[in-house]
Amino acid sequence: MAETTDVMRWQTKPLECWRLAKEIREQYYRNYAQAREKGGLRWVGGAWSFGAIPCGLGDDVYGLTSEPYGATIAFNKDLALECQEAAEKYGFARDLCSYMRNYWGSVLLNKYAWGGPFPKPDFVWQDHICCSHAKWYQVVSELEGGIPYFCIDVAVGPYHERTDSRVEYMVGQMHDGIQWLEKITGRRYDDEKLIEAVKNEIRCTSLWAEICTLNKAVPAPLDEKSMYSLYVHLVLNRYTPEVVSFYQTLRDEVKDRVANQIAACPTERCRLMTDTQPPWAFLKIFRYMESYGAVSIGSLYTYGLMGIYDDQPDGSWGAKVTPMERGVAIKTRDQALRAYAEWTLAKPLWQHFYNPALKSRMMARLAREWQVNGVLLHYNRGCEGLSIGIAENRLALLKEGFPVMPFEGNMGDEREFDDTRVMSRIDTFMETLGLRKLY
Amino acid sequence: MITAGIDMGAKNLKVVILRDGQVIASSLIRVGFDTQEALDEGLQHALAEVGLSKGDIQRVVATGAGRNSVPGADDAVTEVRADSAGITHISPTIRTVIDVGAEEGRAVRCNAQGKVVDFAINEKCAAGAGAFTEAMARALEVPLEELGALSLKSQQTVPMNAQCAVFAESEVVSLIHARTSKEDIARAVHDAIASRITSMARRVGVEKDVALVGGVARNKGFVDSLRRDLDMDILVPPDPEFVGALGAALIAAQGA
Ligand code: SF4
Repeated sequence: MAETTDVMRWQTKPLECWRLAKEIREQYYRNYAQAREKGGLRWVGGAWSFGAIPCGLGDDVYGLTSEPYGATIAFNKDLALECQEAAEKYGFARDLCSYMRNYWGSVLLNKYAWGGPFPKPDFVWQDHICCSHAKWYQVVSELEGGIPYFCIDVAVGPYHERTDSRVEYMVGQMHDGIQWLEKITGRRYDDEKLIEAVKNEIRCTSLWAEICTLNKAVPAPLDEKSMYSLYVHLVLNRYTPEVVSFYQTLRDEVKDRVANQIAACPTERCRLMTDTQPPWAFLKIFRYMESYGAVSIGSLYTYGLMGIYDDQPDGSWGAKVTPMERGVAIKTRDQALRAYAEWTLAKPLWQHFYNPALKSRMMARLAREWQVNGVLLHYNRGCEGLSIGIAENRLALLKEGFPVMPFEGNMGDEREFDDTRVMSRIDTFMETLGLRKLY
Repeated sequence: MITAGIDMGAKNLKVVILRDGQVIASSLIRVGFDTQEALDEGLQHALAEVGLSKGDIQRVVATGAGRNSVPGADDAVTEVRADSAGITHISPTIRTVIDVGAEEGRAVRCNAQGKVVDFAINEKCAAGAGAFTEAMARALEVPLEELGALSLKSQQTVPMNAQCAVFAESEVVSLIHARTSKEDIARAVHDAIASRITSMARRVGVEKDVALVGGVARNKGFVDSLRRDLDMDILVPPDPEFVGALGAALIAAQGA
């Protein structure tokens, strides 16, 4: 019997792999900082960059992805303010991507969020779909004394319109990138390592989609606030065997929670979803909503930033079958790069860059299949990329019959978030959903 | 049954006392630093009107920005719910209520039962709220109460582009230097707020009938601008600033 007391409707327990998640993340940032001590190399680039490719340079090559790094800073209000002020003092405008400003500020202050000076990268490995992407690292390259910089343009159109020539355009840039990596590092490139890293990334992003699909269960085994700490490895080092193994463990644990009706939020009465990055310094809004019995079960952002989905035989949305499962040969460099490009183009959060209607359709589908009762939309002034068309998304969701509460804020700059007003707005939204405070 | 609705707003405290669903007393007090003092005074005022004491009130429901700091209230409801309950009691055909108070503007779409269907609230910026008109009246050096009547004498439309009170003030100063008449500037101010409020209201979908409540509804110049902008008639109830408190008192009577 899963139901318990009046207020605490469901059984709950902490996630067993929580600690492991924390350790992997901390190790990632340590590895990057200590790479040189081990004779290794350091690269920086966006969370969406093709991180499996530098793996072909050896096992001692460590990346630092910038968006999660910007979010780490945002979570620390004092450091965030210091970084933002440093970026502003340098002359960067306040309305630019707030992750980017946090990151630049950290470089300008020469302060690493994990302690010590900012570890200087050897090269930049970036891709480009949002307007901020290429510019972000042009500045970083300059600030770091002109370190080499390679950027892959991935803006080839939505997945359903892909053609061989569009995929070829990406694959060609990846081949060029490998030659460039060999040239700037003086290392010989190992295709076996590339193939393994690409397969790992595909496995991880498919496993995450599987985990998110398990969250269709009532009660939800995972809440979005916790998911932020779980998806993060996908934007850090998804191409490593440790991370594949972590997501397998997590998938098994979540399956077990579903089978035993173990809820993330014991008060669950109402299921919400959100959109875009949250205001990181104010994650308390999620716990506040739980006092009404409302749990955010996720968002297209949390699920689709990295997870790769497809239609299932029963018509529902779920994890995409991997090329390995389909028996696609991935034995050569070219095959690996082709599989990588094809797979990555299906990323849900790459689709709305071409048309907000594509995102609206996915959001409505998510809301229906995950049995969502209401939607909170973060009009995120800190990220133009993921906020493009969000007002259109709101209208589409309303049309589908979902109550929507928009609120303005900024994922990385707390100066643009009005704590009291947003809480008060949440009270109003909860009231319209017929919820009363439980505690 | 005697119930009270207390609307603890950003600037004023409003109290409405009901006996068996009928308004028997009300009061409006400016909220200073000491909210408790304002609360005692407001209640005292209203109760004295009808010779009642605090002990005669069976249920109290609070609303407004300070609703959670009303000691002794049996419940607290949001302004959106209170407005919706209040206005549909006054006029059951209302489907959209626009509330413009000192610090906030909000639009609420409700159904025949007074249940909220959708709502929108202005963001941080004061544009679109009463505080904006106050700042503009100061810039024009006219008493706030006269700003509405002044704008109704305007002969021409002057565009005002600024989105925020700070920039709008400098725009007003430029208009003064350009020898634009005070009447036309006053209208420009109201037109500017009306256009912000209209776009917010359109976000929830403006469904007829439409009512305007809140303290700014007393400003005839603003009402005129909003009517023009929405291109429809708007009901302004006799005591527009009391609608939230009335709604709260009605909710108290329902025991909800
Ligand atoms: S604006 Fe958003 S999508 Fe663009 S780089 Fe910044 S975080 Fe990424």
